[in-house]
Amino acid sequence: MAPVFQYIVRRILLAIPVLFGILLVTFVLARLIPGDPCKAMLGEKATQEVCERFTREHGLDQPIPVQLGIYIRNVLKGDFGESIRFSRPVTIILIERLPMTLELGTIAIIVATLIGIPLGIISAVNNNTVVDVITMVGANAGVSMPVYWLGLMLAYVFALLFKGTPLALPPSGRLTAGLTAVPFYEVYNILLEPESIKFHLYEFIANLYILNSLVTANWKVLGDVLRHLILPAAALSTIPMSIIARMTRSSMLDVMSQDYIRTAKAKGMPKRTVVFKHALRNALLPIATIIGLQLGTIFAGAVLTETIFGLAGVGRMLFEAITARDYPIVQGFTLVIAIGYVGINLLVDISYVFIDPRIKLD
Amino acid sequence: MRTLLQPNSPNNNTELSEEETMALESSLKDYRANSLWRLMLRRVFRQRSAIIGMVILGLLVLVALLAPVITSYGPEKVLIGMEPVRKRAAPCIHLLGCPEDEPQHLMGIDGNVRDEFSRVVYGTRVSLFIGFTTTGFAIVVGVVLGAISGYAGGWVDNVIMRLLDVVMAFPSLLLAIAIVNVLGRGLQNALLAIAIVNIPSYARVMRASVLSIKEQNFVEASRALGAGHSRILLTRILPNSLSPLIVQGTLGIAGAILSAAALSFLGLGAQPPTPEWGTMLGTERNQVFSAPHLVFFPGFAIMATVLAFNLLGDGLRDALDPRLASKPA
Repeated sequence: MAPVFQYIVRRILLAIPVLFGILLVTFVLARLIPGDPCKAMLGEKATQEVCERFTREHGLDQPIPVQLGIYIRNVLKGDFGESIRFSRPVTIILIERLPMTLELGTIAIIVATLIGIPLGIISAVNNNTVVDVITMVGANAGVSMPVYWLGLMLAYVFALLFKGTPLALPPSGRLTAGLTAVPFYEVYNILLEPESIKFHLYEFIANLYILNSLVTANWKVLGDVLRHLILPAAALSTIPMSIIARMTRSSMLDVMSQDYIRTAKAKGMPKRTVVFKHALRNALLPIATIIGLQLGTIFAGAVLTETIFGLAGVGRMLFEAITARDYPIVQGFTLVIAIGYVGINLLVDISYVFIDPRIKLD
Repeated sequence: MRTLLQPNSPNNNTELSEEETMALESSLKDYRANSLWRLMLRRVFRQRSAIIGMVILGLLVLVALLAPVITSYGPEKVLIGMEPVRKRAAPCIHLLGCPEDEPQHLMGIDGNVRDEFSRVVYGTRVSLFIGFTTTGFAIVVGVVLGAISGYAGGWVDNVIMRLLDVVMAFPSLLLAIAIVNVLGRGLQNALLAIAIVNIPSYARVMRASVLSIKEQNFVEASRALGAGHSRILLTRILPNSLSPLIVQGTLGIAGAILSAAALSFLGLGAQPPTPEWGTMLGTERNQVFSAPHLVFFPGFAIMATVLAFNLLGDGLRDALDPRLASKPA
């Protein structure tokens, strides 16, 4: 077996105990909810009879290890229980809400990377100059800002102060009232069986408004969706951007002080080639790690950002579920987000092989 | 003139002359001046960011201590019937042209007709308390776990580190939310949740220090002299692993204050009428277009406090981490 392949397989195997641990933590947290689990899961109005049936069906009268087994089996089947508030499966709600958050999170992390890395490079190249100091003060302020505060202030400035100017931006929602993102399967007359897996999959893709409007060539909707995403993405990307900029700066400074860079400079190589070809490539590894870790900030930030900007994504749902004490949703969403986080950081780990071929494959 | 290096003076006088005492004192001073902590402090004071952080932090501590002196109203005092003020009135500052006959409210009035400035000022106490208690708790537990893990090694190490890996596998704020969701809302539970979420980072730092220190000669020497495990851990290893813990702890306080404010903003942390910045922001967030001052000031206070700890932490790291010694920030 090729060593690269071996490395990848080993990484995946190493993630399994962590995933099991995550399952265990969410299971324990669910059992620790004070009071009757039935009342917690079905709401206070559940009657004695309903409760008894619920307890039997969910194996809550079984010993704890058996309950854990049932829980894991359900999760593996993609069954996270039923929402108290909506009386619908948590999984379906998740599928409906995820596209919004994916769209927002992807844009935020792209913006953070595309601005953060250049800022860090500029800062490192101009080490200890005014540019460096200003960038780093900015980055320090950026990591210290509460996302929700930044979001609210942006909304105030761009939706109220700039009202009527070309700079005005919508402070809430995904689309302007009156516009609809017609799903691609309706545009192209694809017939689907309602409630089938294929239907949910197509619906999921159609709910990625950017993708859907690209596929259906609906530029008006695309523009509107993007305009609605500017403020939340700006708020959400500030902290990751600052952290990426700081990491890029220190990683670049580290690499730039090495001998081979001095050699390259001494050879009379153009500065641009030294910085981008020689230094940046070797500085990328810690930057990739930190970008992966920032996805955690993005997921948590989505709870706050979506709440402020009235976006119907996973984060806002989670917030509403907390307020309404809709435990199944909180548990299910937390689990899925944690698994996603582990998965993405696994991908980052694997990407090391491609970023830096010298990496020790063990 | 006799020096201290000649202990047996000719007159065999055991009392030191005045001259000798002074010489002894000054040599002691020299010795102290070069102690490890002195050196570290001197390095810290050379860091610009650490100094800025310390200045802001000093001001915040002063504000917290002098809160009753600075403010003219209590943080929970409702002004209805006392003054002719409107709910969510904009700031009234005499210097900036607010009529002299109106009572001065530097940051305006909040949704329950309370003086926003007093609440923000008293909020400093709450936030500093939150930062220090959660981090203190997390450090104590983290240090114990990390020390055991690093010192014992073997399966103990494996079990502890895998458990901590699981905690770190969650995005931290999300796990804190899930924990509070179970424990029930309220400041105390929010603090506990944030502390739990932060334990792994201190445990890792401590474990790394223990691993590198426990093999060193002076520890070996202690062991040869018959020192027990607890004595070695407490008097040899712990003092030598303090500096990375201090750095991590300072940055941790910044994170803890930010997380606690976020939990409070979501309604999971401090409950009204506690003057906690996140709670204040959360209760007025829908009024941002009509009363932006009620969002701006508490948020700005959070940023200033978190920034102070971040700057101080960065400065400390640059000063205390020998690997970074060549790179002034």
